[in-house]
Amino acid sequence: MEEANRTEALNVSNIITAVGYPRLIICSFLLFLLISAALLGLPLGQLVSSILVRLGMNGILVLAMIPSIQSGIGPNFGLSLGVVCGLVAATLSIELDMVGLSAFAFSIIVAAILGSIVGYFYGLLLNRVKGQEMTVGTYTGFSVVSFMCIFWILAPYKSPEMIWPYGGDGLRVTITLQDRFDKVLNNLFAFKLFNVEIPTGLLLFFALFCFMVWLFMRTKTGLAMLAAGSNPRFAEASGINVNSCRIIGIVISTALGAIGIVVYAQSYGFIQLYTAPLFMPFFAVASILIGGASIKKATITHAVIGTFLFQALLVVALPVANEVVANNLSEVVRIIISNGMILYALTRKEAGGDEVEAG
Amino acid sequence: MKLKQGNTEIVKQELWQDKFRLDLYGLLKKNAVPILFAVICIIGSYFAKLPLKFLLNFIIIRMCRNSFLVLSLIIPVLAGLGLNFGIVLGAMAGQIAVIAITYWEIKGIVGFALAALLALPLAIIFGWLTGMLFNRAKGKEMIAGLILGFFANGIYQLVFLFFVGTIIPMKNEYMLLSTGVGLRNSVNLKGIHYALDKILEVRISGLEFPVVTIVCIIILCLAIWFLFKTKLGQEFRSVGQSRQIAGVSGIKVDKIRIIATIFSTVLAAWGQLIFLQNLGTLNTYGSHVQVGTFAVAALLIGGASVTRATIGQALLGTFLFHTLFIISPLAGKNMLGNAQVGEYFRAFVAYGVIGISLALYAWQSSSKKRTVEE
Repeated sequence: MEEANRTEALNVSNIITAVGYPRLIICSFLLFLLISAALLGLPLGQLVSSILVRLGMNGILVLAMIPSIQSGIGPNFGLSLGVVCGLVAATLSIELDMVGLSAFAFSIIVAAILGSIVGYFYGLLLNRVKGQEMTVGTYTGFSVVSFMCIFWILAPYKSPEMIWPYGGDGLRVTITLQDRFDKVLNNLFAFKLFNVEIPTGLLLFFALFCFMVWLFMRTKTGLAMLAAGSNPRFAEASGINVNSCRIIGIVISTALGAIGIVVYAQSYGFIQLYTAPLFMPFFAVASILIGGASIKKATITHAVIGTFLFQALLVVALPVANEVVANNLSEVVRIIISNGMILYALTRKEAGGDEVEAG
Repeated sequence: MKLKQGNTEIVKQELWQDKFRLDLYGLLKKNAVPILFAVICIIGSYFAKLPLKFLLNFIIIRMCRNSFLVLSLIIPVLAGLGLNFGIVLGAMAGQIAVIAITYWEIKGIVGFALAALLALPLAIIFGWLTGMLFNRAKGKEMIAGLILGFFANGIYQLVFLFFVGTIIPMKNEYMLLSTGVGLRNSVNLKGIHYALDKILEVRISGLEFPVVTIVCIIILCLAIWFLFKTKLGQEFRSVGQSRQIAGVSGIKVDKIRIIATIFSTVLAAWGQLIFLQNLGTLNTYGSHVQVGTFAVAALLIGGASVTRATIGQALLGTFLFHTLFIISPLAGKNMLGNAQVGEYFRAFVAYGVIGISLALYAWQSSSKKRTVEE
C-alpha cells in the first residue's frame, strides 16, 4: 500500500491519504505560525532550541504509548500510574540528599523498578476488562493520582527543601530541583550551533530509549507481543500467551512513564506533585496520535514525529499568540488540539492505522 | 423464525436468572455499593461531629442542587449508551444561557425561565452533535464522551477567554476582565440567585425545604418514569438491550441513540441552571468541568451500573455522594488533623467508584461473552 503510494507520488490525493489529514492540517498550521513568528521578528534560534528541549523532555512519555498500543491494550490512559512512580523516585532521591547525575540515575532506576511493579498489577486489572481498557485506565489513573495526593500530605518526608516551610503538612506543590539534578541531561555535552542551543545529552538519552524500544520490538518477546496485539485469536492459536504479552506491554509502558517524568522534571527544573499528573496521559496519547498512530498501531516514528509536531506547535504558538492576541491561548490550543486528536482517533471507522483507512 | 426462537430462549434464560436473584445473598450483593457507602457515611458523620440539623440542611441543599443533573444520566444508560460523560456539554449550554441573561440583566424567575428557554436549543444542538459522535464511536461511547467534554471545554475557553470582547461584542466591567477581553473567572449571579429556591420555602422543625425546586425534581422523576411507558421509551430500552435485535425489528437505532443523547443533554443544561441559581456565583471556567464525573459517581454509588439505572438509584446515590462530600473534609480534619486529606479522599472516592464499577462491568461482560462462546 505504501509502495503504491510512493510510485504514484504525483497524485495529490494519494499524498494526502498517506500523510493523513490531521498531520497535514497541523503541519500547515505550524508553517503558518513559523512564518508569522519570522514576520513578527521573534528569535527563531531560541524557538528551535526550545522545540528540541521539549522534544527530549516529553519524548519518553510518548514512547510509553508504543508497547501498550502494540500489545493490543490501546493508548495507555493510565500513564499517570507510571508518572506518580517516577515522582516518588525523584522525591526519594532528594530525601536521601543525592545530587547531580547520581541523583538522576538513582531516580531513573527506582522509577523503572516501581513502575514495573505497579505496571504488573495494572496489567492484571486490564486483562480482566478487555474492551474497556481506555475508560478503566483513565479512571484508575485519576483515582491513583487523588490517592497519591493524600500520600504527599501524609508521607514522612523530612527534607526541608520539599516540605512546607511554615508548619504546613506534607510536601510542597512544586519542588525546585535547582541544587539537585536540574538540567543535568540538558547541559550534558550541550553546544551552540547558529544561535541554536542543542541539548545533546537530553536528545541522546531520548534516542537511546527509542533505540531500546525499537530493539525490544524486534526480539522474540516483542514480536509475540505484536502478534498478540494485532490478532489475539490467531496469536493464541499459535501458542502465544496473549495475557502475559499484554502484561509485558503495560509493564514496559508504565516503567517508561515513570522514567519519562523524571526526565521531564530534570528538564523543567521542578517536580510537580498533587494533581499535576492528572492530565499528562492525555497529552502523551494525543502526541502519538498526531504522529500518525492509531489506537491499534504505533511505531517509534509516530512517537518522534508526533512529539515533535505537538511540541513545536505549542512552542511557536505561545509567543505568536502573545504578540497577536493574549496570553494563555497556548494552553487552550493545547487542550483543543490534543483532545480533538483523540476524538478523531476514537471515531475513525477502521481503527487499524492510516494504511488500512486509505485502502 | 429462527430469530424468534432465539429471542424466546433469551427471555427464558433471563426469567430463570431472575428467579435465583431473589435470595438474600443476591440482594446484598446487588446493593453492595450503596450499603458500603452508607457505612462510610455513617462512620464519617460520626467523626465529622456536625450537629444533625446542620448536616440535614446541608444535605437538602445539595440534593436539590444536584439531583437533576444525576437524573439526566438515566436515559442514555437505558438506551445502551453507558454513562454519558458528555453531559458536560449540557452544563455548558446552561452556563452560556446564564451568562447571556446576566449580561442582559434580566433578573428573578423571569431571567431563570428565559435562561431555561435559551439553553434548550443550544443543548439540543450539542446533544445532537454528541449523539452523532457516539454513533461513530460505538462501544467506546464513555471514553469518547469524556474526551469530548475536555475538547468542548477547550472550545468554551477559547470563546469566553478570547472571543468575548473581540469577535463577540460585550461590554460590562463587572463581567469582563480588566483588559476588556474575556470573562472573569467568577461571575456574580445575584440576579437569579435563589430564583427558584426562594419562590416558596417551607420550614419544618428547623429544616428548610425549597418546595419549587423539589417539585421540579419530582416532575422530572415522573416524566422519566412516564417516558419509559411510551413507545419511544420502549424503543430506548430495546436499543439498550441489543442494537442488532432492535435494528432487525425496524427501530432506527442510530436515530434513537441520538434522541436519547439529546434528552440527556437538555436535562443536564436545566440541571446546571438549578445548580447555579442555588450557588449564586458562576465559576466561569470551572463550574462545568466536574459535572460529568460527579454526576456519574453519584449515580454509581446509588447502585447503578453501566447498563442499569433507576430513578431510586439516582436519588439514593445523590444523597450518599453528597453526604460524603459534606462530611469528608471535616472527618479528615478531625481524624488526621488535615481537611485537605478529606478533600482528596472524596476525589479519590469519586474517581475510584467510577473506575471500579467500569472495571466490574467490563469484567462481567467479558466473562459473559466467554460463557456464550463456550
